[in-house]
Amino acid sequence: MSENQAISEAELQAWADDRLDEGRRAELEAWFTAHPEEAERAAAYRSFNEQLRVRYDPVLDEPVPPRLERAARRGLHLRSLALAAAWVALGIAIGTIAGWQLHALHTPAPAAQAEAPVIARRAALAHATYSPEVRHPVEVGADQEQHLVAWLSKRLGGDVRAPKLDSEGMALVGGRLLPRDPGPVAQFMYQNAQGRRVTLYVRTEGPDRRETAFRFAREGNVRVFYWIDRKFGYALSSADVDRDELLKLANAVYRQLNP
Amino acid sequence: MSDAQSLIELIPRLRRYARALVGDRATADDLLQDTLERAWSKLHLYRHGTDLRAWLFTVMHNVHVNRVRAARPTDPLEDEMPELAQRATQGDALVVRDLERGIAALPLAQREVLLLVALEDLSYNETARVLGIPIGTVMSRLARAREKLRLLLHGKGGTKLQVVK
Repeated sequence: MSENQAISEAELQAWADDRLDEGRRAELEAWFTAHPEEAERAAAYRSFNEQLRVRYDPVLDEPVPPRLERAARRGLHLRSLALAAAWVALGIAIGTIAGWQLHALHTPAPAAQAEAPVIARRAALAHATYSPEVRHPVEVGADQEQHLVAWLSKRLGGDVRAPKLDSEGMALVGGRLLPRDPGPVAQFMYQNAQGRRVTLYVRTEGPDRRETAFRFAREGNVRVFYWIDRKFGYALSSADVDRDELLKLANAVYRQLNP
Repeated sequence: MSDAQSLIELIPRLRRYARALVGDRATADDLLQDTLERAWSKLHLYRHGTDLRAWLFTVMHNVHVNRVRAARPTDPLEDEMPELAQRATQGDALVVRDLERGIAALPLAQREVLLLVALEDLSYNETARVLGIPIGTVMSRLARAREKLRLLLHGKGGTKLQVVK
């Protein structure tokens, strides 16, 4: 039969799934009137789709067992570590570029613009490296805050303070000293009740420093607000909070450092 | 963070599929748990921007096939197996009273295609990608699954099945 050749089994299946375009669907349905057995078969197929939904859609409304939710979250740490490793690899590349840019600073060419992204990139890299840490996110915990601040102040050669962000829902986790950039750098880590983390990167600026407004940068999934204020350059980084929230936090940091 | 959140949001839909695929709740949730764990370990293979749910179906397919093979190494995974025809002549296991048992009686390879298309509403192309098979195979498995199901549920020729005592 010519009609039989024209209508394939695949098309009959597609009719059952309602995936034919309108014209072809009408042709099939016209053909069905002359082929009641095929019509009955196709109708049965179509009814299975509905029966499957009726039977299994209620599963969608069942409460999710905790063990499944845990399994969905479990890899987060590993994933973040993998991300950090990727950042370290990227950081080597950036470091090469940054070194080149810093080198450019020593030339008379106006390179001030290159300087700011360096702090943003390094801060983002440091954030991506340490914020996923579960066991050792910081060298010195917030419980030894005075010691932490004294230690970092001594190393940075200035009065370093750890701003309090509790009013913004962020508690100080602690801090660490980072490798020279070209001078030593302090990193403070904060975390909110949901486990979201932000880090504040603080480094000493050279004698030719100038104050800047907040600037925003994005490195991968890490957002950074950075600015230079008096003796220090600051960069507040997070992959967990959005830009508006990060700006709010940056403002809070700035206000505390400039009472 | 966003990966974990996406995974959590997809749990109900993955659960629905797993339940239809393996039948009972505990086994289905075991399968899903294994799938989520494997997804985390394989996340670097997932390409961001592509359909995460489709990728998870692929992961679940692999996990399930491995589980079935480990449990019953000789279990038929392919749809060329004639086991239903054999059972049909035996008469006793014939009465498939409802859809659930009909689905369970399908060979795994056919069941997967049918459920991805009919329950999860994946396109034929997506189904082919998820299972790593040509689209022609999707269509033939789909046709065989539905016809088998029809015979089980309605009996041959659309008449009710006679139970042979």
